[in-house]
Amino acid sequence: MELKDFARRNIAPGYIFFEGEAKPENGWESFKRVVRRSIKGELFVGLWIVFREMIRFDIHTVQYPAEKLEMSPRYRAIHKLLRLFESGSERCIGCGLCEKICIAKCIRMDTHVDEKSRKVVSEYSINFGRCIFCGYCAEVCPELAIVHGAEYENASEQRAHFGLKEDMLTPLDTFRAKQQHEFPGFGALSDNANDAVKRTPLAY
Amino acid sequence: MGDMAIIIETLIKATIVLAVTAGMGAFATWIERKVLAFMQRRLGPMHVGPYGVLQLAADGIKLFTKEDIIPQNVVKPIFMIAPVVAATTAFVAMAAIPFFPEFTVFGYTIHPIVSDINVAVLYVMGVASVGVYGPLLAGMSSANKWSLLGAARAVVQMLSFEVVSGLSILAPIMMIGSLSLIDINDYQIGGISDWLIWKQPLAFLLFAMAGFMETNRSPFDTIEFEAEVVSGYATEYSGMRWGLFFVGEYANMITVSVLVSIIFMGGYNSLWFIPGALMMLLKVSFWIFLFLWVRAAWPHIRPDQLMWVCWKVLMPLAVVNILITGFVLI
Repeated sequence: MELKDFARRNIAPGYIFFEGEAKPENGWESFKRVVRRSIKGELFVGLWIVFREMIRFDIHTVQYPAEKLEMSPRYRAIHKLLRLFESGSERCIGCGLCEKICIAKCIRMDTHVDEKSRKVVSEYSINFGRCIFCGYCAEVCPELAIVHGAEYENASEQRAHFGLKEDMLTPLDTFRAKQQHEFPGFGALSDNANDAVKRTPLAY
Repeated sequence: MGDMAIIIETLIKATIVLAVTAGMGAFATWIERKVLAFMQRRLGPMHVGPYGVLQLAADGIKLFTKEDIIPQNVVKPIFMIAPVVAATTAFVAMAAIPFFPEFTVFGYTIHPIVSDINVAVLYVMGVASVGVYGPLLAGMSSANKWSLLGAARAVVQMLSFEVVSGLSILAPIMMIGSLSLIDINDYQIGGISDWLIWKQPLAFLLFAMAGFMETNRSPFDTIEFEAEVVSGYATEYSGMRWGLFFVGEYANMITVSVLVSIIFMGGYNSLWFIPGALMMLLKVSFWIFLFLWVRAAWPHIRPDQLMWVCWKVLMPLAVVNILITGFVLI
């Protein structure tokens, strides 16, 4: 392989190199360039393209507060604490791994041993002013108790909102209505993934 | 008694022209936002009223109720009067423009023109040229460098395109032999083949380009191009004073559309089964749409390119056009 081939090893065969137009040397040449550019149909191609898009009326606007995009399972937003499907009790066993792994040191939990000598979580909070939404806590959780939700509307009057245990834990009535969804796991595709797939631009 | 009737009639006509064109100008802002949005695959304003059609009312309320800010260090009286100059000249230019064919109401023949003067073309173009005092005074009084640059560009652009529009329109006038817009309209009475656009295609092109320059529309929007001079001469303005500039710009668009329609595209003569008034509306609507269409599609050009093309290309072409027309007429 010669140096020239090596330098262009990432360039597909048939790639067209465009060195740019030669600069006009004198007034006559620049005049010719103006005439060429004015008479060549480029301007009207532009007009046609925007007109075609207007007629085609393929509107991409999402009228946000009224309609929202479906979030991917890979999206990492405000955390959720899930309940066991069998009993409805909290999944969290208070092992403290999430607190330990949190690189922003924003998770804080209090545990105690109750009368049945089982460990229960009495307080669990995440400081979302510090959380960097890295997802380590959800990844390290052995019980799939803490997961990331898709709720991204976090405007609030109080700093502490969204971050307390009662904010994140699935409410009991939601759970009884079977509205608690299992986390599909990191890297899972969204439900509408097939619709969102397009051909690679190089193919056409 | 006769004088009184004429005065009252003129007052009524002037009021109607002012009200209708101002309303159309306001409506055109909504149309512009919608058309630009559709061409860019957006929806545009949607929330105020059905399909956002009441957006112009919301904008109007906002503009009227906003605080009238006069910044520090401006030349106060000139700063305050400049938007009025811009809006007034835009509307005054419409005095000599016939919008529709004459019609009869209750046995009383109405000419839909405020004043049929025999030098209408000269008058309209002259008043439109006075309109440059709006941007010029606004920019020079604003104590802001962007405004000053915008004003300088406005004057430079005005000087460049005025020559082109004046010379380009000379050739049709030589053929018709009259400066009255009604005579120009009547000259093209015999259907599409009589339109001056076929006899004077070059003059039509030049005049259309000059029209885009006169209304500061893209691709010749050098004087208020955001990326270069923020908002040009209007940078320091807000509220209704800015709104006056805006109304003036849209009134100018309507004026230019009507002028091109009358001079080159058969004016308000009826065509086949379409009555003249409707023809006029169609043509003006097409031209307004063309202004928006071009804005969506084309990039704008640099001021030096604008001057270059005006003085070195368009003006010689206009002169050649006049010469050829003269030889053909002889």
